[in-house]
Amino acid sequence: MIHLSSPHLHGGDSIRVTMLSVIVALLPAAIVSVYLFGWLALLLIVFCMVICMLTEAVSLKMMGRSLAPVGDGSAALTGLLLALTLPAYTPWWMALLGSIMAIVLGKQLYGGLGYNLFNPALAARVILLVSFPLNMTVWIMPMHVGTPAIDLYDFSACLNLLLFGPEALNLGLDAITMASPLGHVKTEWSQGIAFADALKNYDFSYLDAFLGREAGSIGETSALALLFGGVYLLARHTISWHIPFTYLATVALLAAIFSSVDPDHFAPPLFHLLAGGLMLCAFFMATDPVSSPVTPLGQIVFGFGCGLLTWAIRTWGGYPEGAMFAVILMNCTVPLIDHYCRPRVYGHAGKGNS
Amino acid sequence: MLHTLYKALGIEAASFPGGVEPDMAKITADSPTATSMLAPLFILPIKQHIGEVCEPIVAVGDEVKWGQKIARSQGYVSLPVHAPTSGRVIKIEEHPIPHPSGMGLPSIFIESDGDDRRDHSLEAIADYRGRDPAELRERVRFCGIAGLGGAVFPTFIKLLKDKRNPIETVIVNGIECEPYLTCDHRLMLEKAKEIIAGIDIAMHMVGAKKAIIAIEDNKPDAAASMRQALASDEINLPEDCRIDIRMLSTLYPQGSEKQLIYALTGKQVPAGRLPMHIGVLCHNVGTLKAIHDAVVLGRPLTDRIVTVSGDAIPRPGNMKARIGTPMRFILGEHGLDSFDDVHLLHGGPMMGEKMMSFDIPVVKSTNGLIAMRPESMKLAHRIEQPCIRCGHCSTACPVNLVPNLLADQCRNEQFDRAEAYNLFDCIECGCCSYVCPSHIPLVHYFRYGKGQLAQIKRERDFAELSRQRSEAREARIVREREEKAAKRRVVREKHPPKAEAATTSGESEKASGEGES
Repeated sequence: MIHLSSPHLHGGDSIRVTMLSVIVALLPAAIVSVYLFGWLALLLIVFCMVICMLTEAVSLKMMGRSLAPVGDGSAALTGLLLALTLPAYTPWWMALLGSIMAIVLGKQLYGGLGYNLFNPALAARVILLVSFPLNMTVWIMPMHVGTPAIDLYDFSACLNLLLFGPEALNLGLDAITMASPLGHVKTEWSQGIAFADALKNYDFSYLDAFLGREAGSIGETSALALLFGGVYLLARHTISWHIPFTYLATVALLAAIFSSVDPDHFAPPLFHLLAGGLMLCAFFMATDPVSSPVTPLGQIVFGFGCGLLTWAIRTWGGYPEGAMFAVILMNCTVPLIDHYCRPRVYGHAGKGNS
Repeated sequence: MLHTLYKALGIEAASFPGGVEPDMAKITADSPTATSMLAPLFILPIKQHIGEVCEPIVAVGDEVKWGQKIARSQGYVSLPVHAPTSGRVIKIEEHPIPHPSGMGLPSIFIESDGDDRRDHSLEAIADYRGRDPAELRERVRFCGIAGLGGAVFPTFIKLLKDKRNPIETVIVNGIECEPYLTCDHRLMLEKAKEIIAGIDIAMHMVGAKKAIIAIEDNKPDAAASMRQALASDEINLPEDCRIDIRMLSTLYPQGSEKQLIYALTGKQVPAGRLPMHIGVLCHNVGTLKAIHDAVVLGRPLTDRIVTVSGDAIPRPGNMKARIGTPMRFILGEHGLDSFDDVHLLHGGPMMGEKMMSFDIPVVKSTNGLIAMRPESMKLAHRIEQPCIRCGHCSTACPVNLVPNLLADQCRNEQFDRAEAYNLFDCIECGCCSYVCPSHIPLVHYFRYGKGQLAQIKRERDFAELSRQRSEAREARIVREREEKAAKRRVVREKHPPKAEAATTSGESEKASGEGES
């Protein structure tokens, strides 16, 4: 019956093509993660993707629905995104739990693809962070940065670590981890040390931060790799510039204003842009089409809100991972934004949105 | 505001927001218009326009001539129907019309006698500028001319010279933005002078001094042809009148009236109103040529150019077809005889209707017959998946709607919400469905929503009418009762009751007094 309705042409776009293009855009970050974190990164990525797809298949079967969506790439993408936000040392059962929760709690319980309120990977990451704060906030020393305690290119060492924990390698957690730049700065601030001194204590270099040679979760360290992916998505028109640009500009602007007034206690814009999960969230998490607004104006409002919350949580909040919380909080406001930020319809000039 | 800036900088007007760029597939652009053979049987539905149906004025067995009126219009928004050739009326019965549901309308069947004898009752008017516009308008109405761009709105209604809504500019729509269709393109190449004459007549009828011929930039030869015709000696425009040619970027739906007006003038037609309310009128080139034929040659609308194209047609081309020719006949002339596994579209692929059979006649709105193989239609007919809220539909919408929210509301029967979200501003161009990665048939949901809202409105109006009638009846009963009581009072005053002492006789008089009233 539906075939009777015009139009009888289609542009050729599909959900699978869209999801695959985002996976391709994440490949540079994934490659850098393997370069820095060796087998840990690779095992985590593969494990999370497989578990996500399996969980989706099981959930759909239990709900009595067709298994076709498993092949549309959205579960695989969720797995990849989740893995990239995890610290390199994530015990296998935590990764399992996170993947299952991402698909079940973050997506299928709402009704499947297109109906979730929150970004599924982000929702799972936040649940993991709040449930296991210690594991989720310690960062394995990456390869090619200083002298790491473990050889992450040794497969059996990495497998043992993931399955049995650092005790299997006769090492304590402290010996193999270090603080991320953002985490270090926050600790120093709480001890009253000025920002510039804190950076000196850490031996921080902006170039390293840009390229990714720093501690952090496996996918978020390299701003360069993420920028490659982001620009690819923008060029393909898979995402539009409104969210990432507004998000990053808001953080940069707030950081610029406050750090020029008090440079000791407020980080400068470049530091904010390169530190933590901001780049990953701005290009890949906040831009998730299902949980972000539909209209350009709405997207600008959303990006602004994310930027404001990210900067505020990082500066004054107790939790690390400000970017993730900011996006999750803004996800709640999306239906409201969608209603009020509709464009002006042709012929209704001067009458507002209704 | 942007438009003023563009004009100041001398840049071509920026087009409308959104739109899509399908493969234009103008494979018949270089095929000269052929003339169709005379079919043995012609089928004329009594309604081929927007408005009221016509009433047949011929009976079975009557002989008719080519151009003779065979059905008269009823009501204001209506147009007569004329015989496409000479012959005999063999039956008048219901027959399917070009509608996706396969519904039918009473149709007049004419068996052609092959002689093509014309009805010459209409005067050929060469000097139209010397005639009263009202007389010309009646000629346009009498000849059954409707908007040949596909909308088939009665043209004479759009040619009213009204002091309250003066027309400054006549826009000539030579855009033809639908893929495959080339009938307007060929018309501009082959009948440029007739089109210009038609523009002249239209300008005279509405009192406009300016006309703009809008052509998409994939048709430079058509623009050259029109320019040449404008410069020729045969066209004598009055001193203060001007006809310009403007090329617009190739984008679908550039030819949509509201979007075209915005692209050319920077003005938006206010919602619920018509272009004439902002001083512009839009006419298709085919309509203007038909106006020329009606006025200058005295010929009613009995034929039009049809583009026969698509990947299932062995010999695609453009054909001048008589209105009422069965589609099967025309498709056969282009090499398509077997209709197994052929999808036939009436109109263009973006807004056309899929036909259920091939024995349906060509009508005034048939600008194209596109026959496609099933494999080519697979992409457009994929199974619908959930909406991922990507927003591409909203970006593509030329009217700035948010289609995914609207479709959701229509599907969930929240019709008043859909109306608040401007459902009725949708022009059903199909850009949203074209770009949707989930293959959601958005236009289908909008049509459903509009239909339901119209039905709800009808029921509400009927309920309101019933309520008013019921209240009027109640008021009438109360009023009659009061009138009766008032009369009784008057009678009582005239014959006041006697004093208490005069007992029964007084009472009986009172009683008889009351009885009389």
